[in-house]
Amino acid sequence: MTALDRVRTPRRRSVPKRLVAGAVLTILLVVLALVSLVWTPQPTSGIRILLKLQPPLSSGLLGTDQLGRDVFSLLMAGAANSFAIAAAAVALGGTLGTVTGLLAAIRGGWTETLTMRGCDVLFAFPPILSAMLLGVVLGPGRPTAVVAIAAFMVPVFARVARASGARILALDYILAARCAGKGAARIAAEHVLPNIAGDLLVQATLQLGLAILAEAGLSFLGLGPTPPAPSWGRMLADARTYVQLAPWLAIAPGAAVALAVLGLNLLGDGLRDRFDPRLRGRT
Amino acid sequence: MLLRRLIGLLLTLLAVSLLLFLVMNLLPGDPAAVMLGTSARPDTLAAMREAMGLDRPLPVRFVVWLGGVLTGDFGTSITYGTPVAELIRDRAAVTLPLAGLAILLSILIALPLGLVSAARRGRRADAVAGLFAQLGLALPNFWIGLLLVLVFASELHWLPSGGFPGWSAGLGPALSALVLPTVALALPQAAVLTRVTRAALLDTLAEDFVRTARAKGLTRREALLRHALPNAMVPILTILGLQFSFLVAGAVLVENVFDLPGLGRLVYQALLQRDAVVVQGTVLCFTALVVVVNFLVDLAYLRFDPRLRAAS
Repeated sequence: MTALDRVRTPRRRSVPKRLVAGAVLTILLVVLALVSLVWTPQPTSGIRILLKLQPPLSSGLLGTDQLGRDVFSLLMAGAANSFAIAAAAVALGGTLGTVTGLLAAIRGGWTETLTMRGCDVLFAFPPILSAMLLGVVLGPGRPTAVVAIAAFMVPVFARVARASGARILALDYILAARCAGKGAARIAAEHVLPNIAGDLLVQATLQLGLAILAEAGLSFLGLGPTPPAPSWGRMLADARTYVQLAPWLAIAPGAAVALAVLGLNLLGDGLRDRFDPRLRGRT
Repeated sequence: MLLRRLIGLLLTLLAVSLLLFLVMNLLPGDPAAVMLGTSARPDTLAAMREAMGLDRPLPVRFVVWLGGVLTGDFGTSITYGTPVAELIRDRAAVTLPLAGLAILLSILIALPLGLVSAARRGRRADAVAGLFAQLGLALPNFWIGLLLVLVFASELHWLPSGGFPGWSAGLGPALSALVLPTVALALPQAAVLTRVTRAALLDTLAEDFVRTARAKGLTRREALLRHALPNAMVPILTILGLQFSFLVAGAVLVENVFDLPGLGRLVYQALLQRDAVVVQGTVLCFTALVVVVNFLVDLAYLRFDPRLRAAS
């Protein structure tokens, strides 16, 4: 290749490394979670007391817990639990928050002031505390965990949607759409939402990671899904009793949480790099 | 601007206390019945409800409670039988030093890492700091706590695995009980702060005044420390303030891992026991702390950014 060719050939835009790493990690865990719905190496509900507290590789890949259940199987089922709760919470909180934020951006005035001050009030509650409060009010279980985590997401998405939405609403083509007689709802759905979808997607990916951390925290405190539903957080809580006897019980579920969050964070950062060139290499 | 912020702060706290009161008082279950047990006779139960003021309408109870809070009377716990203000004061003696130490440690980790990362952008040191930040963001703090116990308490026997001897046992034993919880609480914070410090420094390094400083003969290091860092303090402080809420939430989990008798454990146990007065008082203190810290951060802006001083 001559020097001239090198100049002329446009360099292919490379896909950010962390986008790939994050996507691979996330897809791997989601696949494990999906597989666990139909198959796990060992059943997660059967108690095999004779095989209790076996170290890794002696019985199963990651050993067994205090009831003789296979830790790897429990982790797979725990992944399904974590991802399902996190996804439902982000979907619920994201939808409510986006609608609220867009409404504030379009209406302006008192609607905007009131909703944004409301967000400030919700933000003042430390995240786990508000989830704990709701957990006690609604009683432990999956729906509670979803609602409790979603409640914290609403103000986050409302702020993103309002800020990004306001930027789009100030553009000329919105004025054109108004002149063409389109109503606020149609403008929001046809012009604003598609243009802020990137921002929302990045936010949703990062919030999924936070939701998985929050679910693990709630389960650790006994406010997550009720047993026998496997959950990474509760596995960690149970492991505290056996920390000296069976350290792998404390290591494996925490590593699973960390890998899931790491994957989603890398994915979110990578997506942001793609969507917002101004930020490339900054975060 | 300051007055408006102050009014906003008070309104936020009022809204928080109303929300909190409603949630705790709409809970199913009767505190009087919790106190007296299931075998209580109906007339004793009624007398107890009257003594606790539970027979009065909800708005009246809210005003009475809020009036008490404003004079420092948070009510009396139904499970401990002691004034809530006293409980909060005792437990704050654990949580506040823990939170303070964790903030200090996270700054001590994050500022140098962020500085090195920004100064050596794209080099190996930057990549290492980036890896630390990614891991710090992904690891749950209660898991970090468990791992620290595993290594430093169970294996090496260097530090206690949990519990708190009290400040009366002397500074040494008390502080050694706080070392592992502080590290567990500080690491995720340090990760966030490292990223923010790096980003803020890269922003200011691109500004004209940094070029001017270099042009007048300052070395890269001098320009970074004397001109870029002070200007990067505004975003760093903002995030430090916003993260305070996560720090408080983290304290709830970490205190439970280490069996520390702090505010987080107090509110957790009170929630499980439906001790509404304790929950209301403690959560209100937590949120007040969060709101006030963010207010102080706003004030600190004025110190660091002369442009904002002129605007106000």
